[in-house]
Amino acid sequence: MSPRYQNRIELLQGTLDLLILQTLRWGPQHGYGISQAIRTNSGEILQVDTGSLYPALHRLERQKWISADWKVSENKQRVRVYRLTAKGKKQLESERSRWAQVSDAIAGVLNPANRENQA
Amino acid sequence: MTFSFWHRQKRESELDEEIQSHLQMAAQDRADRGETPERARDAARRELGNVGLIKEVTREMWGWTSVERLMQDLRYGLRMLAKAPGFTAVAILTLALGIGANTALFSVVNGVLFNPLPYTHPEQLVWLAESKPNFATGSISFPNFQDWQKENHTFSSMGLSRAYFYNLTGFGDAEQLRGRLISSDFFTVLGVNPVIGRSFAPGEDAIGAAPIAMISGGLWKRKFGSSAEVLGKSLTLDGKAYAIVGVIPESFELSLGGFHDIDVYVPIGQWGNPLLPKRGAGLGFHGIGRLKPGVSVEQARADLLRVTSDLAAAFPDTDKGIGAGVFPLKQTMVKGTQTFLLVLLAAVGFVLLIACVNVANLMLARSSVRVREFAIRTAMGASQGRLLRQLLTESLLLAVTGGTIGLLLAGWGTKVAIAQLPVTLPRASEIGLDAPVLFFTIAVTLACGVFFGLGAGLKSARPNLHDTLKEGGRGGSGSRHRAQSIFVVVEMALALVLLIAAGLMIRSISALWKVNPGFDSHNVLTFGVALPPAMSTAGPVGIRAALRQVDQELASVPGVESESLSWGATPIASDDEDLFWIEGQPKPTSDNEMDMALSYVVEENYLKVMRIPLERGRFFTSRDNESAPHVVVVDESLAKQYFGGKDPIGEHIFLPGKGGRAEIVGVVAHVKQWGLDTDDKEKLHAQLYIPYMQLPDETMALSNGTGVIVRYDPKMPAVAESMRAAIKRISGENVMSNTQTMDSIISDSLATQQVSLILLGAFAALALGLATSGIYGVISYVVQQRTQEIGVRVALGAKRTDVLRLVLGTGMKMAAIGVAIGIAAAFGLTRLMASLLFGVSATDPLTFSAVAILLMGVALAACYIPARRAMRVDPMVALRYE
Repeated sequence: MSPRYQNRIELLQGTLDLLILQTLRWGPQHGYGISQAIRTNSGEILQVDTGSLYPALHRLERQKWISADWKVSENKQRVRVYRLTAKGKKQLESERSRWAQVSDAIAGVLNPANRENQA
Repeated sequence: MTFSFWHRQKRESELDEEIQSHLQMAAQDRADRGETPERARDAARRELGNVGLIKEVTREMWGWTSVERLMQDLRYGLRMLAKAPGFTAVAILTLALGIGANTALFSVVNGVLFNPLPYTHPEQLVWLAESKPNFATGSISFPNFQDWQKENHTFSSMGLSRAYFYNLTGFGDAEQLRGRLISSDFFTVLGVNPVIGRSFAPGEDAIGAAPIAMISGGLWKRKFGSSAEVLGKSLTLDGKAYAIVGVIPESFELSLGGFHDIDVYVPIGQWGNPLLPKRGAGLGFHGIGRLKPGVSVEQARADLLRVTSDLAAAFPDTDKGIGAGVFPLKQTMVKGTQTFLLVLLAAVGFVLLIACVNVANLMLARSSVRVREFAIRTAMGASQGRLLRQLLTESLLLAVTGGTIGLLLAGWGTKVAIAQLPVTLPRASEIGLDAPVLFFTIAVTLACGVFFGLGAGLKSARPNLHDTLKEGGRGGSGSRHRAQSIFVVVEMALALVLLIAAGLMIRSISALWKVNPGFDSHNVLTFGVALPPAMSTAGPVGIRAALRQVDQELASVPGVESESLSWGATPIASDDEDLFWIEGQPKPTSDNEMDMALSYVVEENYLKVMRIPLERGRFFTSRDNESAPHVVVVDESLAKQYFGGKDPIGEHIFLPGKGGRAEIVGVVAHVKQWGLDTDDKEKLHAQLYIPYMQLPDETMALSNGTGVIVRYDPKMPAVAESMRAAIKRISGENVMSNTQTMDSIISDSLATQQVSLILLGAFAALALGLATSGIYGVISYVVQQRTQEIGVRVALGAKRTDVLRLVLGTGMKMAAIGVAIGIAAAFGLTRLMASLLFGVSATDPLTFSAVAILLMGVALAACYIPARRAMRVDPMVALRYE
């Protein structure tokens, strides 16, 4: 309900989805694990807000890109573990290529000289 | 849908667990890094943020079905209503009463007026009467009926019937049975078949046919234990044995005058009345008919006009001027109650409108408390549509709860109320909560919910964010005040209409009670006495002796001041007529050229019993008996109408039905035979009194009983019981029945007006109360809002009386507008109830102005309390308060 959170999802939408899907590529993982993995893999730079993470996970699940199961962790705790689906793998590929395009495009805008050089 | 609901419940708890496990893992990691468990937990929680919000946003991702969204609104609505139990209770109760009363009345209107009659093809059924110079719906003679039956082309069947009381013997105590003389086709017309046995066959209703009878399902159960062996058994009615041929279903009912609780049906031809074969005899028979498929009432009228014209040509003596009246059966049944019921339905509808306005007002008052809530929700992104939907959900929740309780109240209360009503409603047994009634209730409930939901919602759901939040939640006052004022004006107007309706009824009733019926009805008792069946063969001498014995026994009962046997008409209760002509005028060539008068066959003490004033001459004495010359007494109407200024005493009149030539010996005052309200409207006013013992021998010989009328001493206890014992002393087979006081006869004749008065009065009182509380609430609110302004005015030198005038002026303006609208509405609406009124016009200026003044006065009083509060405002306190 809070517009504050909604706005952040909006902002991160594409990116957070991509990061989650990418993280799950190395194997099933629970929500906390995903946020930790993103943090570690980004060199502690990307802090995933819990208020964005869970809505995103549940949305991806609804889109059938990931699926969830209840497992018991090493600490004997019941955790909800997400895994990538076949559909999710395809989605990851297309998101990756889109991300590549977008980041190339942004890079082009940020460094017009390079572009001129190439041309 | 239920599945998705439970599914959601499960997901809710899973989300809970998921977030808890997240928290624990985060805390564990921190603890592993060396933080103390408490600090680790607190830090993890801080990092996580607002759990409620996270869950809320996550849930949004699941996607909502419309049902789930409704459930959400409902849950929220329930929570809001539970938070304000006082408001909720008042609103639900108001609506329950309003909707309940409407459901109850609608179920009555639906059952009585709207539903088709419970017979096959009810639209084909008509009621038949002879139209005569004195009576639009006179009785049909048996020979005429038989010719109508034979000669018509538009009816598939026709039936004739008349009430008749039988004395049943041979089954325990002698008892009086309500019977009906019917023609063979009677039940064929209605399409009603016997449960066992058969109906009467054609020809079995002829004079001289074998005595047979059908009995009711009730009598079958009571006397024969519903045994199939009843067929062929005999029933002794008035001493004559009738073979039972069939049983009419217990459920059979026909809402026509005198047709209730019939126990025995006998073919017309069994009636020993020597007048039965006479074409000109008016014996109280009326008909029913079934039109052929596709035939309209107009076609049937034209057809019977042809038949009656032919009869008039063939039998001018008796049939000249006689036509046929054909009326749809349902219309005949409900004629007297239509206006009454529709007026009450309209009134109760008004009450519901006021109830809705009041609940809308309550919601509006509450919305001022909720303005901040709405503003915050709007600020957080809720659309106005969403807020309106929330408000509508709440109002519908109230309406549906109120409607359900109302429906239960109506379901339980309607039957109870009908049983309590002094008015006998036609078709009362057909009243119930059927599909149209449920549909009506649902429609009314939803309309109510939407009406007051929108009324309050459109104002509240459009808050001015900026002002409201700035004002600290006091805002929206201007528009709220305006909306409330409109509500108050509407309430005032509706209340005024109801008050005027009640006022007109009060004026009618008091006018009716002031009408002098022409006799003193207090402490007068009427009843019937059936003589033993053996008397049917006793002959005139034996019967006269038996009747004299009844006179003697009754007169000796302690507490009986005076008594008279009575035959024929009884004022207000029942009528009977005789044809006559005045000696000296040319002898009429046919019955139709004779004059008609109401006839009262009574004894010498009748005037004492009824306290009817003797105007001239003398009344009867005990010497005016069977061996004395025949005498009659006339009333002032007959004297004026037929003798003009001449003194009728000493003149002679001829009474073909009551023993021929008789001398007029006295003139008495007129009695309002046709009822206090309708007597003046009826054509037939002339009244004739005939000495009981001078009834012709052939009439006397037929008499199986008599009416009795008694003036009793109200200080003596149980006079009726003593009289019953006295009559039983003469013979165990004597039956006393239909005991009624004359007061109750009059009161019953005014029942419609009295019930209208009571209900309209109750509705009006309710409306007045609601409107008063409405105007009080608004003025209190205005005073509270303007405390500061009033303080400033007083500080600047305004006088207390100026303040008073200011506040009262605000209230009076609303009241005056409401009253003006109400008067205009009442002017148009009250004429619809004109037929319920007596002695007062539907737009009676006195009632209108008195009620308007009353309402203004009450409104003034309601405004005065908050106005006094305003007057006492201390400018210093008021200014400091802000």
